[in-house]
Amino acid sequence: MILPFLGRTALSFLSYLGQLLLLVNETARALVVSPIRWRLFFRQLVEVGFRSQLVVVVTGGFTGAVFAAQTYFQFNRIGMESAVGAVVAVSMFRELGPVLTGLMVAGRVGAAIAAELGTMKVTEQIDALRALGVHPIDYLVVPRALALMISMPILVAECCGLGILAGYFVGTKVLGISDAYYLNTMIKFTGARDIKMALTKGFVFGLLVVFIACHQGLNAKEGAVGVGRAPTEAVVIGSLSILIVNFFLSFALNIFYPGGV
Amino acid sequence: MISVRNLYKTLGTQSILSGINLQIKRGETCVIIGRSGGGKSVLLKHFVGLMKPTSGEVLVDGEEIAGLPERKLGAIRKKVGILFQSGALFDSMNVEENIAFPLREAGIKDLKLIREKVAEALEMVDLGGEQKKMPENLSGGMRKRVGLARTIVGRPACILFDEPTTGLDPIASDSINHLIRRLQKRLSVTSVVVTHDMKTAYHTADRIAYLYEGRIYFLGTAAELRASQDPIIEDFIEGRSGETD
Ligand SMILES: Nc1ncnc2c1ncn2[C@@H]1O[C@H](COP(=O)(O)OP(=O)(O)OP(=O)(O)O)[C@@H](O)[C@H]1O
Ligand SMILES: [Mg+2]
Repeated sequence: MILPFLGRTALSFLSYLGQLLLLVNETARALVVSPIRWRLFFRQLVEVGFRSQLVVVVTGGFTGAVFAAQTYFQFNRIGMESAVGAVVAVSMFRELGPVLTGLMVAGRVGAAIAAELGTMKVTEQIDALRALGVHPIDYLVVPRALALMISMPILVAECCGLGILAGYFVGTKVLGISDAYYLNTMIKFTGARDIKMALTKGFVFGLLVVFIACHQGLNAKEGAVGVGRAPTEAVVIGSLSILIVNFFLSFALNIFYPGGV
Repeated sequence: MISVRNLYKTLGTQSILSGINLQIKRGETCVIIGRSGGGKSVLLKHFVGLMKPTSGEVLVDGEEIAGLPERKLGAIRKKVGILFQSGALFDSMNVEENIAFPLREAGIKDLKLIREKVAEALEMVDLGGEQKKMPENLSGGMRKRVGLARTIVGRPACILFDEPTTGLDPIASDSINHLIRRLQKRLSVTSVVVTHDMKTAYHTADRIAYLYEGRIYFLGTAAELRASQDPIIEDFIEGRSGETD
């Protein structure tokens, strides 16, 4: 009973992965063989990048603030409260910033992409594009993929920046850690390697969100149920894959951008 | 212009088309009639490569298109336009942008020219002045006519109409019937019209094909169809289900 089940699950996972890679491959090919539609790209940049800023910044700010407070409560007891700045900054860059931004974007942008493309699929708009000689990948996927590839690192940077700023404010102004100590340890223990890690992760998570969402949308099943399922699955699969890929990415990137002083 | 040989199509486990043979001649209007769910829309989508046959050949202007990859089909689709049964308007664009879409894709940059062509196409489908409406604010029949305007605006040599008059009032239907005739006479457009509206069929057809159980059961002129003694054909054109109360 259990073995066939496992086999089927593994098979469907592999087939899903294959479909996703095919989409990535077709998108990469589209970038080469057909001109980029800049107007659509800029519209998506505003839609997925510019308009996501508030959500991401609020997330980053409150996470940084609460993280600083919790770290202070623990470190205070062993007289290490000056390390709070470093802990907040490093954690924001290396883990919290990219992952939280990824999850928020998966929820906001991934769902919207899957819903829009899914609706277009079942109302024959995608067939209409094809019938008018326009490749749906060129018209729909490429502008969204480019927009997310560019916006995600920027959004991650904003999230981390606000988190660190909020942490600094809470640590020094609310909890009374000395300004100089806070900044000093923070600068000492954070480096370009941490920022690079944040940006790299952001870029990868952007790819995950956009391709998973486009795949769900382009393969939406007929009917209200089918269209409704596309965004839900885009968010669930997108979020889970961000968390899982993040784990492996942390190890892999630690080779290139090792932590520590 | 379009020729289909031994076309089979299975969707899921259901066999929809089982051995279609049909030639659409250049300049003619061929009407395809058949029961709802009989596979008329599916057949039409094969003519422009939107669906691939399970087996069999589809030739457009002598070129086999069934095996062509998506990117190679662009040239065929410039020649053969299709009106979708649902209209399939882009809902992120207003009426004018929808109709301008094929023109822009063809590389026309002159905005004034585009505006003129759009207005002209809208006039042809009796929707002059509706340029700025969004698709969600149109009635079903209006959407279909905007779809029709979008299909004809690029002047394809061959047009596939999927139920151009279903859902329209009798007057609008009649005007679309005349439009199809006019396109044929003035611009020598080749047309394939899918319909179950017998009035449209008789009005527009040079030849009528009856799709029955996945095959072309009958192919001939309107007069031949009317004269047919075959009970299956008679039932269809008379609209008899064989049921009694
Ligand atoms: N994408 C699809 N996937 C699976 N089955 C499909 C698909 N499209 C159509 N079918 C099935 O193919 C059959 C024929 O559908 P089609 O739309 O061609 O009928 P039709 O002759 O155009 O009917 P109508 O006159 O109502 O438009 C139907 O049974 C339908 O369920
Ligand atoms: Mg149909």
